[in-house]
Amino acid sequence: MEGKKRPVKLSVHPSRGLVDEKFTVLVQNVPPGFQLTVHALHQCEDGHSWHAFGHYTADSTGAVNVAEDLSLGGTYSGVEQMGLLWSLRPVPGSKPGLRLRKMNVQTPMEVTVSVFRGHQTEGFEDQGPLVSVVVERWYMAPGVCRIPVTEGGLTATLFLPSASGLFPGILDLWGGGGRLVEYRAALLASRGFASLALDYLTPKITLGTGDRVDTEYFETAYRVLQQHPQILSSRIAILGLSLGSCISFKLAVYSQVMKFRCAVCINGSHVQPPGESVQQTLRYIRFSKGDIKKFNFNEKNELSTRNLVLPIPTDPTRKVDVGRLRCPLLLVVSEDDQSWPAVESAIDMKQMMEQAGNSHLLTVLSYPNAGHLIEPPYSPHTRSSNFRTTVDIKSVVLKTLWGGETVDHSRAQEDAWRKILAFFRENLYGRGSALVSNL
Amino acid sequence: MMQQRHKMNMQVAVRRLGSAGGVLSVCHGPKIHTVLRRLSAKAQSPRPILSVAPIRALVDEKFKVSVENLPPAAPVTVHSLHQSEDQDCWEAYGHYISDHRGTVSVSEDLSFGGTYSGKEPMGLLWSMRPVPGSRFGLRLRKMDVCAPMLVNITVFSGHEGFREHAPLASVVTERWHVAPGVQRVEVTIEGMRGTLFIPPGLGAFPGVIDIWGGGGGLPEYRAALLASHGYATMALENFALDDLKGKNLDLNYFEMALDKLKNHPQVISDRVGVVGLSLGAIFLLYLTAESPTFKPQCCISICGSNILSNDGTLNGFYNSMFRNINKSRLDENNSLIWQDVGLEMLCDPTSLVDVGKINCPLLLVSGTDDQSWPTPKFADLMAQMMRSAGKEHLVTTLAYPDAGHLIEPPFSPHFRATAFKVGGNNKKVIMLWGGHTKPHADAQEDSWTKILTFLKQHLYSSH
Repeated sequence: MEGKKRPVKLSVHPSRGLVDEKFTVLVQNVPPGFQLTVHALHQCEDGHSWHAFGHYTADSTGAVNVAEDLSLGGTYSGVEQMGLLWSLRPVPGSKPGLRLRKMNVQTPMEVTVSVFRGHQTEGFEDQGPLVSVVVERWYMAPGVCRIPVTEGGLTATLFLPSASGLFPGILDLWGGGGRLVEYRAALLASRGFASLALDYLTPKITLGTGDRVDTEYFETAYRVLQQHPQILSSRIAILGLSLGSCISFKLAVYSQVMKFRCAVCINGSHVQPPGESVQQTLRYIRFSKGDIKKFNFNEKNELSTRNLVLPIPTDPTRKVDVGRLRCPLLLVVSEDDQSWPAVESAIDMKQMMEQAGNSHLLTVLSYPNAGHLIEPPYSPHTRSSNFRTTVDIKSVVLKTLWGGETVDHSRAQEDAWRKILAFFRENLYGRGSALVSNL
Repeated sequence: MMQQRHKMNMQVAVRRLGSAGGVLSVCHGPKIHTVLRRLSAKAQSPRPILSVAPIRALVDEKFKVSVENLPPAAPVTVHSLHQSEDQDCWEAYGHYISDHRGTVSVSEDLSFGGTYSGKEPMGLLWSMRPVPGSRFGLRLRKMDVCAPMLVNITVFSGHEGFREHAPLASVVTERWHVAPGVQRVEVTIEGMRGTLFIPPGLGAFPGVIDIWGGGGGLPEYRAALLASHGYATMALENFALDDLKGKNLDLNYFEMALDKLKNHPQVISDRVGVVGLSLGAIFLLYLTAESPTFKPQCCISICGSNILSNDGTLNGFYNSMFRNINKSRLDENNSLIWQDVGLEMLCDPTSLVDVGKINCPLLLVSGTDDQSWPTPKFADLMAQMMRSAGKEHLVTTLAYPDAGHLIEPPFSPHFRATAFKVGGNNKKVIMLWGGHTKPHADAQEDSWTKILTFLKQHLYSSH
């Protein structure tokens, strides 16, 4: 094939990265001042296509560096090194209400990064790009061991950072959607923490018998971490998002069996029946958040449930007594959380802890314009999606509003992850400021 | 070596516990389990954190290795271990001292000894050598380029006798020859094998023909790496030195390969260059100068020479090169030195190709400590011939001080002498290639950067 024009050169470093690593996208060998579009395309496990793109103008050497140059428009604008990932959205014509989640963490997410001539906004699939490369994004680092766990009736997966060595442990709890979601635990293991992803809403036992699990189920999970020969039994933490966060408050405060070195709670609430019983909390949530009469749909027919748990009660018998907490707590709070009243709950918890004298344990990270679903960095922002809560077995799929504005939400995810890892390192790897005294 | 995986149902396993006194190796079962947990509680002091970034990289990319959460001013050893496809173990290590925050950064700090010293971000790779007790004359080459090279990076406490201590932390890092999406296609030309690596995407790319030296066979790793840099690269099987003798074949096979690559639908036909090492470079220089049909856009010779085959056959090359085989000698280790065999040729113009006939840019790479052939002198001679022909602007000579013959992609270990087949009856001798490890590693790193820049300038940018 004859070439009259100079071929365009495109490189992405690293070409195989962990999902929380930044990459550098470099375009070279175009004419100076050339207008081009850098485009990312990903086909998710459900078969839907997601894309993102930025409009650039090459400099006098004929190059564009996405990490340093301004995007003039597209799905993101400004100097946005990772915009090609966090601004990914379903391609035009896709089914509404989609959410991007990797369920098989043993394979990488593959993204095709391409350069198109001119500032394009549509029709990418119809034209050939000037050049393309493939980029892999991994949740699992090499050497991380993935171990399915079924002992004691658990439905869980343990991720160990490596086949040898000793590590602190993390119990990882997701929210009301249920299922066994592994990607955050896999990523935590890639960062040096043995992590157990636990399905507590749709485990095999519940699907088989119809019975909800209770606190013993979590105790069994805790023991799996505590007794593992490669896990440091006095350095186990809990991490929860949404309903997982609510349960984390409960277990960290009331459990006699589970002694957590620290807790990270993202966008949940302490408003629930106090005491050890997880089943009580699940019942409470089914009735409060499942109260159809109080459902609030916006003009797009999206359901916001944050008000269903408001107002925060003053009566102490209606909330977890965080004044009794004995370990450091990091609260990650999104100010536009439309699912849970995370801000109001955080304010109330802070007051309770100040009154009880343990507020030195508390750190609150509060993010304006961020929505409920705070995911690992560079994950696309889901403002609303089709959601079926598994807290109520008879529930239907509803278009659910999570909230957040994409740019601020993406910054929040990046900042929160860095701070969450630093918090875990300090408390689980370091000397630790407030020790749990049961050694 | 890699430890076995621990099973969730806690079968008997071997475990090393680090404690203040030393190393405790235990096989554990349910009885001593509580004892272990109590012991491990005591041993639960702050753990060091070892990180390598990027954890998956191409073989020519640098990584940053750092250790955090050590005690301040702690002597530690950072160690690398790799098991090759031949099942040999290779290792490297550096001795470090943590700073007041308990951090060691291999990229920033000085190594106080080991297999490398000083500030060497990539010393854990280029200074690798066979572990004690290995066979002599080993060479590390990746033959399956579609799978990564796995390297264990481990941090131990102490300097002297660090191996006696339990590892403090360990990670596995992957080093790849292929970028994601690079396609590998096997080809045959006149019954000889080649492998074509095509960058991802449907477009057309500049191309490169890649030919290795007289060891024979088809090493693919440099071609795979070039494809990862955007060149459709065809690695060609080369003849073993032994096979040249008596062969009346000419180099038509290489001419056909260049044609085939130029005509490939995903290759831009007027942007194809050639690169060769040693015997491969000899053939390329000959063809580029003498063949009316072999016209690459640019030519790279790594430790090559402008040797003439008087009748254009492989046998002719053999006769030219080994006319003075009686000049070969042995060093103190009985390694074979062929440097003087080549020296005689420099005085005889009838045995040399007039590279002044070459009309494309020419990059000549050599190492001044090359013991297998006097390649720096050949490079000087070739540059002189180009100058005489008024083509000085086309030639660039890079002669690396104290580097040897085997100038490989960056961060590859250095091989001063390795087993090499010679003599026609599968007999292997130890061939002295030369070079000293640190300058040779520098030469590999620098020459690769310059090779990539040269290819980019002449195949991507020009016209």
